[in-house]
Order: sequence, then C-alpha cells, then structure tokens
Amino acid sequence: MVVGGLVPLVGLLLDARTGALGANPVQRALLQTGLLALALLLLSLACTPLRTLSGWTWPARVRRALGLLAFAYAALHFLIYLFDHGLTPGVVLEDVLERPFITVGFVALVLLIPLAVTSTPRMVRRLGFVRWQRLHRAVYAAAALGALHYWWGVKKDHTGPLVAALALAALLVARWVRAPRRRS
Amino acid sequence: LVAAPRALGPYDTAEPLTPYAQATTYNNYYEFGLGKADPARLAGGLRTQPWTVLIDGEVRAPLQVDLDRLRSWFTPEDRIYRMRCVEGWSMVMPWQGFPLAALLRRAEPTGHARYVQFTALHDPQQFPGQRGDVLAWPYVEGLRLDEALHPLTLLAVGLNGRALPNQNGAPLRLVVPWKYGFKSIKAVVRITLTRTQPPTTWSLAAPQEYGFYANVNPAVPHPRWSQATEQRIGEWGRQPTLPFNGYAREVADLYRGMDLRVFF
Repeated sequence: MVVGGLVPLVGLLLDARTGALGANPVQRALLQTGLLALALLLLSLACTPLRTLSGWTWPARVRRALGLLAFAYAALHFLIYLFDHGLTPGVVLEDVLERPFITVGFVALVLLIPLAVTSTPRMVRRLGFVRWQRLHRAVYAAAALGALHYWWGVKKDHTGPLVAALALAALLVARWVRAPRRRS
Repeated sequence: LVAAPRALGPYDTAEPLTPYAQATTYNNYYEFGLGKADPARLAGGLRTQPWTVLIDGEVRAPLQVDLDRLRSWFTPEDRIYRMRCVEGWSMVMPWQGFPLAALLRRAEPTGHARYVQFTALHDPQQFPGQRGDVLAWPYVEGLRLDEALHPLTLLAVGLNGRALPNQNGAPLRLVVPWKYGFKSIKAVVRITLTRTQPPTTWSLAAPQEYGFYANVNPAVPHPRWSQATEQRIGEWGRQPTLPFNGYAREVADLYRGMDLRVFF
C-alpha cells in the first residue's frame, strides 16, 4: 500500500531527471504533490463509508496508510514551496499571514501534523478511542481547507477544485446519512 | 549555419534567451485550452494566411488591409524583451516586429483618440477554447494612447528570426514588455482608437485581480500570490521582479502622479 502510494513520487523524480516536467518543473511538481495530497486525503475519508456500505473490511485496513501518504505529499508540497522561495522565512511568513490562498493551505498541513503523529495503534490506546476519534475529525477541516486552497490556486478553470469539493461533500453526506441509524 | 550575433539595440536585454523549445511549448493561450502545452499541441491548424487587419475608430484614415501588405510598409526590427507572466514566471524573447506607433501614425489618430482597443480573432472553428465560455470571447485588450505610441510597444510578426509560431500569437501580436503578459494580445485582427478606456478581457473576468494597466510591479501583490519574485523559465530558483519589468527608465514617466496600487 505504502509502496504503491510512492509510485507517483518515483514518477515525479524520473520526470524531473528526463525533463518531462516541462518548462516550469517546480510549478509542475508543486501542482502534482498538492493534487496527490488532496486525492489521498479524500481516499482516506472514503474508507469508512465504503466499508459500511459494502460490508468489506479491507478499506479500514488501508485507511491509515492513505492518511499518512496524504500527509507525506502535503509536507513535500510545502517543502518544494519553501525551497522555491529560497528558504527565506520573511517571504514565506508574509505569504502565510497575508495571502488567504497560502494561509488555508498552511493551516491544512498544520492540522494534519497531530493526526500523523497519533496514527499508530499505540497512540490510539494512549489517547483512548473516543478522544482519538474526536482529534481525528480535524481531517475534515484539513480536507476542506485543502480543497479551498486548490480552488484559490486556480486562475480560471475550477473543474478540478469543484470535483474535489463535491467529493468531500458527498463523503460528508455519506457519513451524516449513516450516523443517526447507528445511534438508534 | 548560425547567424552572426548582431549588436544589441538600446531596448534589448543582454540576458540569455529562453530556449526556443520552451518558449514555444509553455504558453498561455486560452483560445486553444487552459493547459500550458495545449497551444503548441492544437495551434497547428490555425490559418494565418490570408489575414486582414482593420484599423478604425478615432482615425482620419481607417484601414482594412491584408497583413502581407501591412508588413511591407515597415522594416522589421529585432527586439530582445523580457516577458513577465502575471502567474510569476518569465522568459526572454527575441521578437521581430515593428513599433505599433508606426502603424497608428499611418492611420492618423484624431484629436479625440485617447485609448487603443485591440481585438483578437473570434473563430470557434479554429479556436477550440472559444467553444466554451471560460472567458468572454473575443479576447480584447487596451492601452492608453501614450502607452501605445511608446517606442517599446511592438507589433510582433516573428520570433527567433522565424515566422511567429501560431502558439505564440501568429500572425500578428502585441508585445508590451513592461506589462504582464496577458496585455500582449495574440492573433490581432482589429485595432480601434477610442475616446474612452476600452474593456479588457481579464479585467472583466476578475476585476479585483487584473486591472487595466497591469504594469509589472513587485510592490503590488496579486491577491493570491506575491509578485516580488519570478521563475525565469529554463533557470533554477526565483529571481527578484523589477518595477515595470526592468523598463522603469523608459516608461515610469507615463505614470507620474498615479497611485499604482489603485491603477494596478
């Protein structure tokens, strides 16, 4: 699973070597890592609804790996941005504080950090399942901010961001529809 | 054979040229699609001959002229200009063309002419991107008359000593090197002198993000990203963006007394 999730990264590195990233490779790498982060995050959110709707158990087993891969790509996305701006803290700080487009992306990444740190079975036990689950609801905020970041990053064609937002909305609805039934 | 290097003119930059392969495959030309590679892939079918240009509006001598004839009136000049895209990347482009001023003077602007409006070809048959409404077609741009008459302002017909590639705006495009790239309208079919400021495509599409003037300005950020630095295509790392894209000495006087944060 993890190995499979790293295939796009290998592809990205190979493309960078052969020049297949095009005339603006940094921009392309930024876009691809960002897309991968958001797509993997949405896939991790699809695991639970998929399990309950289908009765399969495998989605639950891959959920953690998907979430961690999403975090890894988001972190890589941020690192590329950081290096692209010459690691100048002033410029990055100004971006984070003054430009909502960057702010929401940054907040989404920060929200994912505690989730990645507490992703092990040991951490679930240490926190207790209820507290752990409450903490991990932050993933919805991270995904929503990620989709907003994507939307604001586009100059004109909003098809991609719209697909991401609709997918997120559908996943939320899937849970909401199921939730009362389980409580009764 | 390699052409002998010519001496640089007063408006030329000595910076290394963007590799031709990159300058002709990384383009913003929404008439062909939103992807940077779409224009190079799809522009082959554009018929650039015959091509008629109309010059009308506030002129004493309106013209409707075949482009070949129009070109014969002027001696092509070489101009190596920086090109800065509003998205934060830039290129160095060796254009061939003639000053817009030479053409405008031929049409004899009246005393009422204050602005120049440019209109690109509108033909959804040839421009797949015009079959959708991602922008209001046709693409229109505009300049103040003094900007249009400035010697830096070029009508380009060639690149790298060859005919202008279709994806770069053939057969006739505007080049205004101190403004963001979207001002430099491609595939021009009509030039209209007007009394009032003409509408421009991007300022209509997103008025809070793209103004009429669109002068390259590192001090005025785009609402969503900083304009302080740029990625020079073909090079590594970002470099500082210069006021008026490095042409401040030539054009800053045009904007004396104007608040460029308001007139962005």
